[in-house]
Amino acid sequence: MIEYLSGIFILTGSLLILISAIGILKMPDLFTRMSATTKASTLGVSLTLIGVSLTWLDISTFTKSITIIIFLFLTAPVAAHAIGRAGYFDKVKLWEKTLVNELKDKYDENTHKLN
Amino acid sequence: MNFLNLCVQISFILIGISLILVFFRILVGPSNEDRIVALDLFTANGIAFFSVYSLFYMNNIFIDIGLIMALIAFLGTIAYAYYLERRLLK
Repeated sequence: MIEYLSGIFILTGSLLILISAIGILKMPDLFTRMSATTKASTLGVSLTLIGVSLTWLDISTFTKSITIIIFLFLTAPVAAHAIGRAGYFDKVKLWEKTLVNELKDKYDENTHKLN
Repeated sequence: MNFLNLCVQISFILIGISLILVFFRILVGPSNEDRIVALDLFTANGIAFFSVYSLFYMNNIFIDIGLIMALIAFLGTIAYAYYLERRLLK
């Protein structure tokens, strides 16, 4: 019984990982690419790890999996924020259909601080 | 061949295809930031691949690789982003 549960978790996780890979290939822009990768890949890796540790049913594997999941959930937003900030100051080209750019003219170009 | 074995084989195929797609983005990415995002995603896919591989090889020592890869990917991403931003400061 637990075998079927674990298999379904692993399949769902790998499907989400494939969706995030398609997202990083097909999205038009750095920022939309980041929104595709950070969400879908974090959920996919977490589901895969939960499925694998359900098969092992072992306290050490379970602890390691939970540690990896908590670490991913903590670090993925921080890393995405750092790359997005660097890309904004590096003047990465926005998508041509972008409507709103709320940060325009609000940053000092030389010191990278808010006006 | 039982159900779990079939799921492991299918997820190997899916994760392998996604690794190839992400590596293509690393090759062609227009800016350096695109490459860093793709490298981060590549490492996350590597964690999932090694955790599935531990079921395939029936040895749960492979979970430890995921722990190390998560740590190193985060540090590398932060270092690259910090460098790219600090480079532009005057």
